[in-house]
Amino acid sequence: MPQQVLSDVKVLDLTWYIAGPYCTKLLADYGADVIKVERPGEGDPARKMEPFFGDDPHPEKSGLFLHLNTNKRSITLNLKSEWGQKVIKELVGEVDILVESFSPRVMPSLGLEYETLEEINPKLVMVSISNFGQTGPYRDFKASELIIYGMGGAMNQSGLPEEEPLKKGGNVIQYQGGTMAAIATMMTLLIASSEGVGQHVDVSLMETQLGTVDRRMAQLLSYQYNKATTARADPRDIRVYPHGVFPCADGYFELSAVGMLWRVVAGMLDMPELEDDPRFSHPLAQQIPGHRDQFEEIWYPWIMERTKKEIVAKGQEAGALCGPINNMEEVINDAHWWERGFWAQIEHPMTGKLTYPGAPIKAEEMPWVIRRAAPLLGQHNEEVYGKQGYTKEQLVTLKEKGLI
Amino acid sequence: MAKLPLEGIRIVELCPVWAGPFCCMLLADWGAEVIKVESMQHFPVYSRGLVQARPPVMLANQIWSGYTAYMLQGYDPAATPWNRFVMYNCHARNKMGMTVDLRRPEGKEIFKRLVKVSDVVIESNSPRVTEELGLTYDVLKEMKADLIMLSLSGFGRSGPYKYYRVLGAHQEGFAGHSYIRGYRDMDFTTNVTLYHTDEAGGAHGALAVVMALYHRRRTGKGQHIDMAQSEATIPHLGEAVMDYTMNQRITERLGNRDYHGAIQGCYRCWGRDDWVNITIRNDEEWQGFCRALGDPAWTQDEKFADHSSRRKNHDELDRHIGEWTRQLGKYEVMRILQAEGVPAGPVMDERDAYTDPHIRERGFFNELTHADCGTHLYPGVAWKMSKTPNPLRLPPVRLGEHNEYVYKQVIGVSDEEYQELERGGHIGTDFVPEIP
Repeated sequence: MPQQVLSDVKVLDLTWYIAGPYCTKLLADYGADVIKVERPGEGDPARKMEPFFGDDPHPEKSGLFLHLNTNKRSITLNLKSEWGQKVIKELVGEVDILVESFSPRVMPSLGLEYETLEEINPKLVMVSISNFGQTGPYRDFKASELIIYGMGGAMNQSGLPEEEPLKKGGNVIQYQGGTMAAIATMMTLLIASSEGVGQHVDVSLMETQLGTVDRRMAQLLSYQYNKATTARADPRDIRVYPHGVFPCADGYFELSAVGMLWRVVAGMLDMPELEDDPRFSHPLAQQIPGHRDQFEEIWYPWIMERTKKEIVAKGQEAGALCGPINNMEEVINDAHWWERGFWAQIEHPMTGKLTYPGAPIKAEEMPWVIRRAAPLLGQHNEEVYGKQGYTKEQLVTLKEKGLI
Repeated sequence: MAKLPLEGIRIVELCPVWAGPFCCMLLADWGAEVIKVESMQHFPVYSRGLVQARPPVMLANQIWSGYTAYMLQGYDPAATPWNRFVMYNCHARNKMGMTVDLRRPEGKEIFKRLVKVSDVVIESNSPRVTEELGLTYDVLKEMKADLIMLSLSGFGRSGPYKYYRVLGAHQEGFAGHSYIRGYRDMDFTTNVTLYHTDEAGGAHGALAVVMALYHRRRTGKGQHIDMAQSEATIPHLGEAVMDYTMNQRITERLGNRDYHGAIQGCYRCWGRDDWVNITIRNDEEWQGFCRALGDPAWTQDEKFADHSSRRKNHDELDRHIGEWTRQLGKYEVMRILQAEGVPAGPVMDERDAYTDPHIRERGFFNELTHADCGTHLYPGVAWKMSKTPNPLRLPPVRLGEHNEYVYKQVIGVSDEEYQELERGGHIGTDFVPEIP
């Protein structure tokens, strides 16, 4: 087994759903030994979330769970029991990092607040990921992907003016929160291991959006500078063209005119006679009524008879900022990521071998390695509890009592 | 009070637009000395302005506004628009800045001397840029054997798209995010430009650098990290990837609906452009929702009896919910529903964010005074560490603001050399007149 950057790091993982597990997945995939603690019987609720292998809603067949929990070991443990809390405290003494994503009142209610755990392990890095943070009036509010984006992110500016504001795709806000939590975890580990002092890190998913670069930070600052709120704008009303998403022979592509010279467009179209055309070559000339119609008479026939692949190749050759709108089939079959060795093939007992997203960070000194697929529920009970000194007979009794 | 985690680490930033600067901001926020290297001879679009260094600012704000606006209040047309651009100033806090012309030999020399006394170089350009400048990792590690360098391009330094010119918006399309977002009943031309690859790429980049610092401390080794922002984005689309590889199913757009089958939507409230998001995931939350509304008759309809029937009749349920929310303020809806354990929250515009009691109590915004823009509240650091209070320290860096410090104290050039480089047009606080 190759040595990885985090091979000597031990993580106790009390996270569920998406943000927390993505944080600990990043650590696990770069070598950390992550012990995932799940509820006896049911496990991480992500096990019950779509999509399922073969559309069979089986707790070991959720694609979401399989993706988010690679390289982790799973134990089951009833945290509400005194015995469960004792085990957590034992494990806290042996790990470098604890990540949890319960609602903020849960850990203190289990007697597992940072102050108690710090006494057991002064170097402990404890990371708490929650919707709104560990303090403040919304602390105990419930949220979802949509709600966090609406409150934290640039949702007010996403969508058409006459329609409702629009979320981003899938669960990207929670994944982003998990990524931010992983940075916080690693930074805190860095200082904890050099200074010998651990800390409690408070990651609010809402704040990871308020402080993010996908328009929100700039929007918020724009309001401070000019006292103007942003509103949704129709992307088809753009003043400098061609700019935006356009149809073509087999789908759609996106191209940005801002910051791009008109002659790039002329080059892309193979129409050198347009290079100095006074109707289009200056952004202000483009605004003169009628010019846009004249441009579109040239543009649409050209794009509608070409595929997105042809158009993007032409555009890139001419120096245009452009790309196709690809669906997941096209993404997964794209030669670029295969040539870079991005995709991972992972064997799992319930699904066989499947293709998964691979390394988000590629670095020779820090290999991204799949040592094991996502764990079955409680798969590592014997291994982990055995090391803690529990015999197989004791495990049977604990199981009967519903503790593991 | 403990030290900031990255105190004592010096980072050289050679990054345009958003992903790279965001990455460096995260590191600067937590104590690294980030030195932003810029050039008076080169104006990177989307960085210190959209297209021009000296645009007609009033006009530009009318055309672009919002997150691409310039700070206008008290605006003096002779002043420095490149120091007042919100797309830049939003991520430029806590950083230092210098100017040098990297296209000339003496400029490259200065850059190498800076690298010699630094720990990390971060660049987020097309691979062509460092190759043409002759400032690749192989060259720079000669200056410092344990150098860490992060290259954060769109597609990485191999593969057919290596030299493709893209912004976040185009990577979104390549990586499959653009295809799965948008209104369910409209085509892709209505897609608003988003930049998820910038936040995903920038954040994974910062993680890579911190891991590399950890690795260096343990092994003494530096390294080159070849990241592709698009590869940092695809894992964020995990369920869509897996549905295809497991079931050969292509994920289509869901609008504001939940990928995993909760009932949810964005509903209009009382007000000009006021909206609230509501999510109902199970029977318990549905019962809370009904209680909050005072159990109106329609909630008893068979069509909404259990979760699967609610899913089946989602459109009709949306109409009922919308009729209720329309009569109430967006914050009011949140309070009424949250009191019954139902996830709900307003769509916050900028004014809401600055007045929201929760954000205020958490002390998220911090005040900074910028020489050209005045005193304002800026979005603060993205997480809290219990033993390290961490308000923002430095205002957004102005072009060439720390030239004297960086050249003389960091690189160690003499006063004479400094004057010569100044005369040579390397050192200054303005773009050369040839740049419009």
